[in-house]
Amino acid sequence: MNRMMAIVEREMRKFFRSPTLMIMSLMMPILQLVIMGNAFGGKIVGCRVAVVDHDRGPQAVKLREAFAAIAVNIKTFKTIEYQSEVQAREDVRTGKVDGAIVIPEQYSRRVYAKDAPQLGFVTDNSDQFTSGSLEGEMQLVVDALNAPLIQPRMANAIALEIVELYPYVNYMKFLLPATVALAMYISVMIGGGILYIDDKSRGVHEGYLATPITKLELVFGMNLAGAIKAVLSGICLTVIGSLMAGVGVIFHPEPMLGLFCMILATSMAFNGMMFLLMVRVNDPLVPRATFGILNTLLFYPSGAMYPVASFPGWLRAIAVVDPFTYCIHGFKAVLLKDGGFAAIQFDLLFLFSFGIATLLIAAGLFKRTL
Amino acid sequence: MTGNAAARGAGVRPEAISVDRIVKRYGDFEAVKGVSFSVAQGEIFGLLGPNGAGKSTLIRMMTTLIPATAGKALVAGYDVARDPDAVRRLIGVIPQALTSDPDLSVEENLSIYAKLYSVPRAQREKNIASVLEAVDLSKWRQAQTKTLSGGMRRRLEIARGLVHNPRIFFLDEPTTGLDPVSRIAVWEMLNNLKSDRDLTMLLTTHYMEEADKLCDRIAIVDHGTLVALGTPMELKHSVPGANVVEVHFERESPEWGARLEKLEGVQSVQAESAGFYRVLTSSGSRTTMQLVEMATQLGETLSSLSVQNTTLDDVFVHYTGRQLRDEQVKPVNYMMPPRPGMQP
Repeated sequence: MNRMMAIVEREMRKFFRSPTLMIMSLMMPILQLVIMGNAFGGKIVGCRVAVVDHDRGPQAVKLREAFAAIAVNIKTFKTIEYQSEVQAREDVRTGKVDGAIVIPEQYSRRVYAKDAPQLGFVTDNSDQFTSGSLEGEMQLVVDALNAPLIQPRMANAIALEIVELYPYVNYMKFLLPATVALAMYISVMIGGGILYIDDKSRGVHEGYLATPITKLELVFGMNLAGAIKAVLSGICLTVIGSLMAGVGVIFHPEPMLGLFCMILATSMAFNGMMFLLMVRVNDPLVPRATFGILNTLLFYPSGAMYPVASFPGWLRAIAVVDPFTYCIHGFKAVLLKDGGFAAIQFDLLFLFSFGIATLLIAAGLFKRTL
Repeated sequence: MTGNAAARGAGVRPEAISVDRIVKRYGDFEAVKGVSFSVAQGEIFGLLGPNGAGKSTLIRMMTTLIPATAGKALVAGYDVARDPDAVRRLIGVIPQALTSDPDLSVEENLSIYAKLYSVPRAQREKNIASVLEAVDLSKWRQAQTKTLSGGMRRRLEIARGLVHNPRIFFLDEPTTGLDPVSRIAVWEMLNNLKSDRDLTMLLTTHYMEEADKLCDRIAIVDHGTLVALGTPMELKHSVPGANVVEVHFERESPEWGARLEKLEGVQSVQAESAGFYRVLTSSGSRTTMQLVEMATQLGETLSSLSVQNTTLDDVFVHYTGRQLRDEQVKPVNYMMPPRPGMQP
C-alpha cells in the first residue's frame, strides 16, 4: 500500500510542480465553451434582404412596413430597394444580399380579392442557418398578415401548448456537460497517456521495476494518480464552466454530490480506457498521434454536439459502448435538469463498470518486466 | 578466459552473484549465449563490451528486469527467476539514463524510492541523510533536481540506488555523458562506497580507464559471449607483449628491422614509415637500453623514442578485434600490434 502511495505521491508532486498539465487540460475545453457557446445558438441579426416591389399598392406598403418594424426591433434583417428582380437574384447568388423578396404586380388587388396572392422569396440555401432564420421571419410576417383582424370567439384550429420543463438553455449551457467531459478526457490523455509513455521511454518505469513494488501496486498507483488528476480537472471545469454559463446547481448539496459522483465515475472510466490503450505502447509518438483520432471517435458519437437519435445505426453502436455517451448524459442530467440520482444511476453504473473492467484487463496485460 | 578468474572470484570470498550458462533469445536472435561468471562479495566487477555486445541484457537479467531464456542467475543467494522479489529487495540498480524526476527535489526523489523499497519512516530519514553525505549532496537536499549539473544528477542517481542499503549495486554505464572531472569524482565516490558499505558492485562501462581504475575484475563480452575474464593486470598480461616501443631513426636503412628483432625480449617489429618502427617487447626498459646502445655504436641519431605499457584498450581490441563499435565511424589512427606468429 505504501509503495502504491509512493507512486501516487510522485505523480501528484509532479502534477502540482508543473502546472502545464492542469492549464492545458482546462484551456481547450474552456476556449471551446466560450467560443462555441457564443458562436452557435445565437440569434441571427443584420442580414440584408432585397425588396423588389412590382405592385406598389397599399398591401405592398403594409408588407414593407412590417419589414421596417423587423429592421428596428428584432433586427434580423434590413431591406434594400431593388428595381430589377434579375439583379436581386444575382446579388443573392454573389452574396451581396442574403435574400430577396419579390412583390409581384397585382399583389394588393389579389389580396383584396382573396385571389391566391403570392410573394416570392429567394434565399441562399447554401447557408442553412441564415436562410432558415430568414424564412422563419418571413413566415411570421405572412402569418401575421393572414390572421383575421377580428379573432373568432371559438378557436377552430388545433393549438399546441408547449411546456418547457427547464429555464431557457442557451448553447453555452448546452455545451457545459460536453466541456467538463472533454477537460477530463484531455487530462487523462496527457496525464495517463502521454506522460505515462514518456516516463516509460525515459526509463522511469525501469527504475520502478527494479524495486520490490508489485504489479498491482504499480498499476493501481499509476491509475489512482491519473484518476485524481482527472477529478481535479473535472471539478475545476465544472465550477468555472458553471459560473461562465450561469448554471447554479453547483451551489446545491444534492446536485453537487451527484456531480462529484459523475466526475469520479468518469475519471475511472477514462483512466481505465486510456491505460488499456497504452499498456503495451512504448513509442512516445503513439499517444500524441492517436489523441485526435480518439477524440473524434469518442467525443462526437456521444451526443455531445448532436442528438444520438439522429445517428445512423453504426454510429449509434459506437455511442452505446462509448463512455463519453454516459458521461455527457449524466452531466446533462445534473447540470441542466437537476434530475437527481435517479437520472444518473445507469450512467454511474456503466462508467464504474467500464472503468473497473478496462483496468482489470489492462492490469492483466501489464508486464512486470521490460 | 584468463586463468581461473571465474572460479577464483567466488573462491576467496562468498559469492554475491553467480551466473551460470545464462541465455537470452529474442526470436531467432541470441543476445546472450550461455555466459557464466561469479562475483565475490565486496568486489567491483566490470562488464566491458562494444555496443550491442549483450552487457545491458546481462545486467537486466540479473536485476530481474527481463527473464532469462535459459540458464540460472543467483543474486545474493536468490534465484532471479524463482525469487525475484527477494533479489529486488537486496539490490540497487542505476540505469544508464538519468531517471530522477527533474521537477522533484533531491530529497523527494530519494524519499519516494525509499518508500518503494518499504524503508520504515524513521529509518528513511537516516538513510537519506547518510546517502546524501556519501555522494556529497547534503547541501543540495532541498534543491530541485533540474537545477543540478549532470555530474550532480548522476550522484543523485547513485544515492537513489543506495537509499535502502542494498548489498549489491548494479550500475549501467554510471559515468556516461560526464565531463572528466565529474567522472573522476564518481570513481572516488564508488571506491569510498565500496570500502565504507562493503558493497558488491557490478558495472558496465565503455571507458577502459574507468574499468582499469575501479574494477577488481573485468569480464569482456562480445556478441553475447564472455571472451575474457580476469583482473585488469591479468587481462593486460594475457595480451602478447607487455610493452610497445616506438622508435624513429633519423636515417632510414633496410637493416633496421633485422637489427631490432635481435634485441632482447623483442617479439615482433612493425615498420610504420621511413625510419619509424613499432617494437613489441616483453621488456620495454631492457629493449630501450639496448636500442640506445646500438644506435650509439652505429653512430645513428634517434629522432624520437617512446615506451608504452599495454592498456585495457589493447586488451579490449585484442579480444573483440576492433575499437568500440560506436567509435568505428571515426577515423582510426591507432594500429594494433600484430599478434604473435603473424608477420608485421
